Amino acid sequence: MNGAEAIVRCLEEEGVKYVFGYPGVAICPFYNSILDSDIKTILVRTEQNAAHAASGLARISGKPGVCAVTSGPGATNIITGIATAYADSIPLIVITGQVKSDLIGSDVFQEADITGAVESFVKYSYLVKNADDLPRIIKEAFHIADSGRRGPVLIDIPIDIQNAPVKNFKYPESVSLRTYKPTVKGNSAQIKKVTKELQKAKKPIICLGGGVKLGKAGAVVLDFVHKHKIPVVTTMMGIGTIETEDPLYFGMVGNNGKPYANKAMNEADVIMMVGARVADRAISQPDLITKDKVLIHIDVDPAEIGKNAVSSIPLVGDCKAVFDDLADEDLSIDTSKWLDELRAFKKELAVKRNPNKAYVDPQGFIETLTDKLKDNAVYIADVGQNQIFSCAYAKIKKNTSFLTSGGMGTMGYSIPAALGAKLADPKRQVVAVCGDGSFQMSMMELATFRQFGVNAKIIVFNNTYLGMVREYQHYSYKDNYSMVSLEGSPDLEKLVSAYDFDYLRLKDMKNLDETIESFISDKNNVLLEVMIDPMDLVKQ
Amino acid sequence: MKAKRIYSVTVENRSGVLSKVSGLFARRSFNIDSLAVGETDDPAVSSMTIVSSGDERTLEQIEKQLNKKLDVIKVKTFNEHQCVSRELMLMKVKYNKSNRNEIMEICEVMKADIVDMSMHFMMIQICDTPEKIELLINMFKSISIVEIARTGTLSLSKCAENEG
Repeated sequence: MNGAEAIVRCLEEEGVKYVFGYPGVAICPFYNSILDSDIKTILVRTEQNAAHAASGLARISGKPGVCAVTSGPGATNIITGIATAYADSIPLIVITGQVKSDLIGSDVFQEADITGAVESFVKYSYLVKNADDLPRIIKEAFHIADSGRRGPVLIDIPIDIQNAPVKNFKYPESVSLRTYKPTVKGNSAQIKKVTKELQKAKKPIICLGGGVKLGKAGAVVLDFVHKHKIPVVTTMMGIGTIETEDPLYFGMVGNNGKPYANKAMNEADVIMMVGARVADRAISQPDLITKDKVLIHIDVDPAEIGKNAVSSIPLVGDCKAVFDDLADEDLSIDTSKWLDELRAFKKELAVKRNPNKAYVDPQGFIETLTDKLKDNAVYIADVGQNQIFSCAYAKIKKNTSFLTSGGMGTMGYSIPAALGAKLADPKRQVVAVCGDGSFQMSMMELATFRQFGVNAKIIVFNNTYLGMVREYQHYSYKDNYSMVSLEGSPDLEKLVSAYDFDYLRLKDMKNLDETIESFISDKNNVLLEVMIDPMDLVKQ
Repeated sequence: MKAKRIYSVTVENRSGVLSKVSGLFARRSFNIDSLAVGETDDPAVSSMTIVSSGDERTLEQIEKQLNKKLDVIKVKTFNEHQCVSRELMLMKVKYNKSNRNEIMEICEVMKADIVDMSMHFMMIQICDTPEKIELLINMFKSISIVEIARTGTLSLSKCAENEG
């Protein structure tokens, strides 16, 4: 057995079903060995999308996504995908081929110091120096990526290591890392304190972040919320943890969130942040919002607590373990008055849009679309105005998954992520919603869907602009537009026909229902182009 | 309110660890006032002493972010009063007949040694607290310093009754 075969065996041991990637000489031994395995390989059209596809798969399967690319440009191209996963704490295993060990450092063809380059975007990285270390390293990598605060781990493997013999292959059963022992169980004294503060609270609110999903804590958190009738808001990454119709739900917070969600945070006396970073997009002035309030901050990563906001009660632990313990505590609060108050805010501060009838109204479109999608559909929002509209109006049902690049805001995320999500669970409806800008950042992946027979349902909001930046220039630069016109974009009908996709177009609200129904029921790969008012604004 | 803090960090002795730790300081705009690295009694473990300054929240973040690094085994923090700190400095100075005695007197008072000498130059070695070393440099500024090499601060927490 050689190193490459050992890597494949390790991936099999981890139950990996798909590897997304792009080959080159330095990773060829690996891609040769994987031919003898049941693991399927998916050739994306640019390396960045291998990481996004692996991210989509990870978020739907709940297991680390795996990608493998070559050295040099293959490795540097995937960095944005790694950084995107890191910002959203998505577990990935990224394997990069590397030039021969004895040539490292001599700037030979396709050599890049990838472990150095990704240092601030990975949870950990390895440069393998001995083929016999591969089983241990890969076991550790999966453990690190998929425990504690999840994140990407990169393994850089020189070509000679892939070709070197591996003696006595044995996949370790456990890992022993003296420097890595993430806290799972919350401190019991802190849990008592949390309960005490909640008991005193007149206006408690729970803000759910992406950590709730990553910690697979949705059910236990919702049980807690429903039992005590505590109102809930979410961050962008927290969308999908609670149904939009839930009477306790008061929307997404932040500068692009619902005004009544922000008002609820401002008026609350006890804020419970769960698996959220308190980053600027969610809470623009963390020290102001926590003034005169009790901030309970629950996170698996101790470094997040106190980083952006000073918390009154820090509680380090895995979301699920913490809420399992909280559920056993005696707590009885009456929030009915506070809920009445919040319902009044909701009415009073409801956003009323004034859509241009000559175009499709994004609100009406997204509401109708998500209403017609199945209960367990996967909705993937890209980045731009389409993302903000999606966050504001997508109807989340009990088992809906909502995916987006929240932390890094990487345009082009939705299409490759949809590829990975569909492969993770082919029975679920998967819809990618992007803008005409973000579509053109990953439209090369239409070929990947076609080549591997993966069903694609893509919606493009076409407003002929980079809408989010245009909107920023509208408010901040008095409509002096710079670099935002997308004139010259391809005719999407012609473009997708080259990939054998069906094409649908919706130019105004007249044929809304029929068009969405044909889109959903289409068995082929399909792209629906939706014409949006170029001057539409997410903030009105 | 800026304060000084000393981080005594034990790390896995692997290639690239120093760059990971120093890179963390650069990436998050933390200050490094001084940094000293060396092997410990266990060759698989290195010890780093990092002196940094900042407000309370930054100093706490530094500790948490250091703990997050997977090559970091343990982080101990203390302020200047809770530890014994030493630096080593070598200083080359130019001398002449008229100031030779003065130099030797200063060295005696400051507990510095003359470790090398030629007709016009001498090398002075001092191992002391960072403050004492600053003081010695200041005293020699008027005399003619040719070259200085100094280590970063090394610190260990003061001996307690229960160590371990």
